[in-house]
Amino acid sequence: MPSVCFYFQVHQPLRIKRYRVFNIGEDSSYFNDDTQTSLNNQWILRRVADKSYLPTNAILLELLEQHPEFRISFSFSGIFLEQIAKDFPEVLASFQKLVATGRAEVLSETYYHSLSFLYSEEEFAYQVNKHRAIVLDLFGVVPRVFRNTELIYNNHLAHVIEKMGYDGIIAEGADHVLQWRSANFPYRPHGTQHLTALLKDYKLSDDIAFRFSEQGWKEHPLSAEKFAQWVSAINGNGQLINLFMDYETFGEHQWADSGIFDFLRALPQKILAHPDNDFVTPSEAIARYAPVGEIDAPDFYSWADIERDLSAWLSNDLQHEAMDKLYAIKDRVLASGDSDLIESWRRLTTSDHFYYMCTKYFADGDVHKYFNPYESPYEAFIAFMNVLSDVKLRVSLAQDTAKKERVTTQKTTIKHSDDTPAKSSQQPHEKRSHNPDAVRVTIVQKPKKRTPVKRAPDARPRSRFV
Amino acid sequence: MFGWEFPPYNSGGLGVACLGLTRALARAGSEVIFVLPKSVPLSAEYMQILFADTRSKVTMKNIDTILSPYMTEHSYMYERTRIQDRQYGNNLYEEVLRYAQNAKHIAMEEDYDLIYAHDWLSLLAGIAAHDVSGKPMVAHIHATEYDRCGGDNVNPVIAAIEQRGLEAADRIVAVSNYTKEIIVQKYGIDADKIDVVHNGIDAEDFPDATAHTQQLQKLKARGTKIVLFVGRLTVQKGLEYFITAAKKVLEYKENVVFVIAGSGDMQQQVIAQAAALGIADKVLFMGFVRGKELQEAYKMADLYVMPSVSEPFGLTTLESMLHGTPVLVSRQSGVAEVATNTLKVDFWDTEEMANKILAVISYDALQYTLATEGAREVERLNWAAAARKCLYVFKQLPS
Repeated sequence: MPSVCFYFQVHQPLRIKRYRVFNIGEDSSYFNDDTQTSLNNQWILRRVADKSYLPTNAILLELLEQHPEFRISFSFSGIFLEQIAKDFPEVLASFQKLVATGRAEVLSETYYHSLSFLYSEEEFAYQVNKHRAIVLDLFGVVPRVFRNTELIYNNHLAHVIEKMGYDGIIAEGADHVLQWRSANFPYRPHGTQHLTALLKDYKLSDDIAFRFSEQGWKEHPLSAEKFAQWVSAINGNGQLINLFMDYETFGEHQWADSGIFDFLRALPQKILAHPDNDFVTPSEAIARYAPVGEIDAPDFYSWADIERDLSAWLSNDLQHEAMDKLYAIKDRVLASGDSDLIESWRRLTTSDHFYYMCTKYFADGDVHKYFNPYESPYEAFIAFMNVLSDVKLRVSLAQDTAKKERVTTQKTTIKHSDDTPAKSSQQPHEKRSHNPDAVRVTIVQKPKKRTPVKRAPDARPRSRFV
Repeated sequence: MFGWEFPPYNSGGLGVACLGLTRALARAGSEVIFVLPKSVPLSAEYMQILFADTRSKVTMKNIDTILSPYMTEHSYMYERTRIQDRQYGNNLYEEVLRYAQNAKHIAMEEDYDLIYAHDWLSLLAGIAAHDVSGKPMVAHIHATEYDRCGGDNVNPVIAAIEQRGLEAADRIVAVSNYTKEIIVQKYGIDADKIDVVHNGIDAEDFPDATAHTQQLQKLKARGTKIVLFVGRLTVQKGLEYFITAAKKVLEYKENVVFVIAGSGDMQQQVIAQAAALGIADKVLFMGFVRGKELQEAYKMADLYVMPSVSEPFGLTTLESMLHGTPVLVSRQSGVAEVATNTLKVDFWDTEEMANKILAVISYDALQYTLATEGAREVERLNWAAAARKCLYVFKQLPS
């Protein structure tokens, strides 16, 4: 004791391109920006892969080979895995190599890195299962420990996760939840029977993730030796040191010239130099250490900002409006049966879209601005809402098509039944057919306002801005 | 301090800026003697105002041949004669030169530590004072000739006066990085000599900024959205791009009107353009408005658009924000550097302009958030902050 437990979050969203009102009804590709800007998903992934993923993976593989005691874990978002599987096979292969060592655990999360748990448990369960499927497909493993988007957590989530059969859940070691207690022990979530919660040691994690290259920090420059001393100092006061952070910390948030790679390369050896220290994966931590107490979090909290709440994604009217309008069409989208449309909708559930709309601190130009590919939260909102308008339009078109199909089926039924003539035949001005059945078809079609076929550009309806 | 106009005897932002800056400087403990070229019934509690024409009895005998009467700056004169014909004569150059002559005498009689001159209209006065007194001089540039003419047909006399003033000044204050860049590029001035002091706005000058307005309420009750333009109707202000964007907006949403507050030499052209596009019924002209009327215009609008081709600063943006009205501002402006809770667009990108206008008038949450965040932000963008920066500039002057 203590055991160091590393978990790295690996996620790249599918950012929405600059989507103008004029694109609505004309363009249903929302994520294919091809400019040399940070809205180009492929371009960003290439850059981050070169600066961070590939070099860090190489170092970690080297460390796993050198130190049999070394352990790590990853949580990959599904849309990240999908992007590298499609365009960056060498990046995928380098992650697969790490997982194949058996000493890099893969965690569970929502496929779309979404806030779906806040809005629909059904959708949440679907996204978690879809994520399990891609993890199994690409890595051949089934995750046993769950982490929710941005470590958003409450008692109810823990409850649901236990029911889904997981052994553990990852959360922030927030002061208001722990109160006087330490994050360096496992805990049992309130209301669960056997689930274990692993809580982030935010002090030590953020020393690496946020403060590492901060010149004004009194501990700068941070050496692996010094950090290992801090780890060893917990000996006797804790069992676990959960170092949870974004994987892009290495090489992207902290640049190579900050010395972050040398730090990482030296760290396991320095930590293992103290005979009481070792490394664990989250599952090993859960198997080895029993919960020492209960954590009770009736309200949602997260690992974001100093507030540790949901305000990064849901604090202003833009965010609430966008989220409400998105989930308002959920049932209609899912009922459409149109798999492309459903996929488009699900990609809009990704939390990053809402993060970009955050106005908190916007004027001060802080971390939110650094991570925002849009010029302002307002630009993010406009692109999102215009896309949502197009999705809505597609839903209407799909419903029209479905109705037409229903009618055709109905028509067949009528032909073979002895039903009384349809009430709708009272519409005398319908003169397109002499066949009463055909009349019925026209009537059912009547509420339809939009033609399901693609319009010529000159036939634009005027108020398509829904 | 040599100015050219002062509220309520002003035609535009220059006078407003002089009021805001002198008041904030006085509050910060500076003693300001403000000089205007001609007498107007005006006084201020916090500073002494001198009128160059009454202080000195010198009459103009010779006018430099190049400054002949036919070379007047047309668009400027338009406003000038319309609003202030009792204050200024017909020959702008003659006034500018007479001002410089009179300034010399004032400079010899008064007691002061530094000379401060605003724009080309007062620069010669500043130089004259600088020459006779040897006191350090600061030139405050609110706009250059390159902004006013929209890039073409630069008036060589005005540009030459600006050149002389910029070279003679010990330090230059530019209203934006945008203007600083023009001073460096077009006038060849060393960037190290220029400090950027963005304009501010003081809420105290706009009582009832948050009070309810009755303007066009019947129209609004029917769901009509109002998009506002405020400014002189000149090439510089980018009106033709605004009208082109309006046409695109109306193709998507019919229930919108575009209100134009201001007057200028382009009015006929704008009317003709709107008529040619078939949207003349959607473009309403308010004429030149100021004071309470202008406040009402901001308040009734759903969105204020500043489509300027070249805008050294753009105080109207801050005014609109103060009145809780969202702003779509040209990236070719100084105010875009400081006002973050606004929408921005390149003035020539009329498609994007239309896209953003449509977004604001369609999505209530966007309009509301821009309004509230903008109103909050504008509290910080005040004249006291600008005055603090000016005082810092003064410290760098040779003593």
